[in-house]
Amino acid sequence: MDEKVIIAKRVALELKDGDLVNLGIGLPTTVARYLPAGIDVSFQSENGIIGMAPPPPAGLDNPAFTDAGGSPIGAFPGAAAFDSCMSFGLIRGGHLGVTVLGGLQVDELGQLANWMVPGKMVPGMGGAMDLVSGAKRVIVAMTHTAKGEPKILHRCTLPLTSTRRISLLVTELAVIEPTAEGLVLREVAPGVSVEQVIAATQATLIVPKTVTEMAIAA
Amino acid sequence: MTKAITLSAAVEMIPDGASVMVGGFMGCGSPHRILQEIVRQGKTGLTIICNDTARPGFGIGRLIEAKAVAKLQTSHIGTNPETQRQMIAGEIEVELCPQGSLAERIRAAGFGLGGVLTPTGAGTVVAEGKQTVEVDGRSFLLEKPIRADFALVAAARADYRGNLVYLGTARNFNPIIAMAATTVIVEAQEIVPTGALTPDEIITPHILVDHLIERGPSHG
Repeated sequence: MDEKVIIAKRVALELKDGDLVNLGIGLPTTVARYLPAGIDVSFQSENGIIGMAPPPPAGLDNPAFTDAGGSPIGAFPGAAAFDSCMSFGLIRGGHLGVTVLGGLQVDELGQLANWMVPGKMVPGMGGAMDLVSGAKRVIVAMTHTAKGEPKILHRCTLPLTSTRRISLLVTELAVIEPTAEGLVLREVAPGVSVEQVIAATQATLIVPKTVTEMAIAA
Repeated sequence: MTKAITLSAAVEMIPDGASVMVGGFMGCGSPHRILQEIVRQGKTGLTIICNDTARPGFGIGRLIEAKAVAKLQTSHIGTNPETQRQMIAGEIEVELCPQGSLAERIRAAGFGLGGVLTPTGAGTVVAEGKQTVEVDGRSFLLEKPIRADFALVAAARADYRGNLVYLGTARNFNPIIAMAATTVIVEAQEIVPTGALTPDEIITPHILVDHLIERGPSHG
C-alpha cells in the first residue's frame, strides 16, 4: 500500500460521528476518501464554509464556492458560509473538533513545525498556527522521514507552528501519541516492527508493553 | 447622494503609496475589475493588506506582477512564486501574519478596539517584538489593529444605497475590511434596486460604503 494511503486511512479512523473537521491541503485532504461507513462528519474550509462538498460536474462550478486552495467545491444541503473572523473564531474558539495537518517536523514535546524552511521555502503560515492553537484535536499526518532524514526529532530545528502539544502523529510506519512524559508509540503499520520505527526516529520513543497494529483495511 | 462612480475615477482616487485592503481568498471574492484597473493606471508603492497573493496573473497576483506593491501584510504567499521571488530579492517587504490574527487585527481597527489577545503564535517567531499578556494563567499575544486608507470590497449584490450581500466563500475578508478603511470602494457582481435586499440578509450596511463602481457592460 502506498505510504500516503496508509496515513490517510489510519487518520480517517480518528474521525468520530458528528465531528467538525478541517483538512489541510495535500495529504490531509485525501483523508475524506477513507471515512469509515456510518461516520458522518462536517468539513470546514477556513476560507469560510461548513458543509463543503465534492466539486460539481465540470462546467457547473461557481467561482464563489472554492476550497482553501482556490479549487471549486460544492456545498451539501445545510452548509453555512461566513466571513474570515467567524471562520477563525470557530477554529480558535474550540468549536472545531479535529484539524488534520501536514508536518515538516514533530519533536519530543509534541511541537509541530510545518510552515517554513528559512532561506528555502517561506510560503507563510496561512491558517496553520490558528488551527494548531485552537482545534480540540490536532492530528499531524506526515511521512516518517524525508529522503531518509528523520522528521521526528528531539527538538524541532525549524520555526514552530505552535508550542501547543499536538494530539496525535500518524505516519506510514506508526501512530505516536505525544504526552507530558514524551512520545508514546501506540501502533505500528502492518509488517513494520517496533525496532524499524525506532531506527527511523531521532526522538526518544516511549514503548509500552503493548503496541498494536494499525487497524487499516488493505 | 449617489455612490455610483466609474471604474477609472474610483481607482484614480488611490494615490501611489496608499495603504489598501483587498478582499479575497485565492482570488475568490477579490474585486477583479478594480485590480486590473490599478494595473492599467500603473499605480506603484502600494501597501497591500490581504489574505494571500493568489496566483501569478490572477487576483492580487496581478498587482505583484505589475510591481505595484512595495509592502505586503498577508498570511500566505506560497501559491505565488513571483511574490516569493520579489521578497527574496528585496523588492517587496512582506509581513507574514497568521490568518486568524490578520482577520482580527483588521476587525479590531474597524470595531474601535486597541488590539486583540490571541493564543495563536505565542512562543513562536510571530511573537517577536510583540507584547505577551497573561490572562488567567494563559499566555496571549497582543496583536495590534490594522487600518488602511482604502478598502477594495467585492460583493455579490449591492443595492443603490450600497447595502451588500455576499455569496459562498467569496465573503471571506470583504465585510471585515469594509469596517477598517477611510474610503471603501465596492465592486458588485450585480446591482439591484434599494429594497430588493431585505434588512436581515444584508451583511455590510450601506453607511460603510463610500463608492459603488458602476456596472460593467451588459451582455445581450
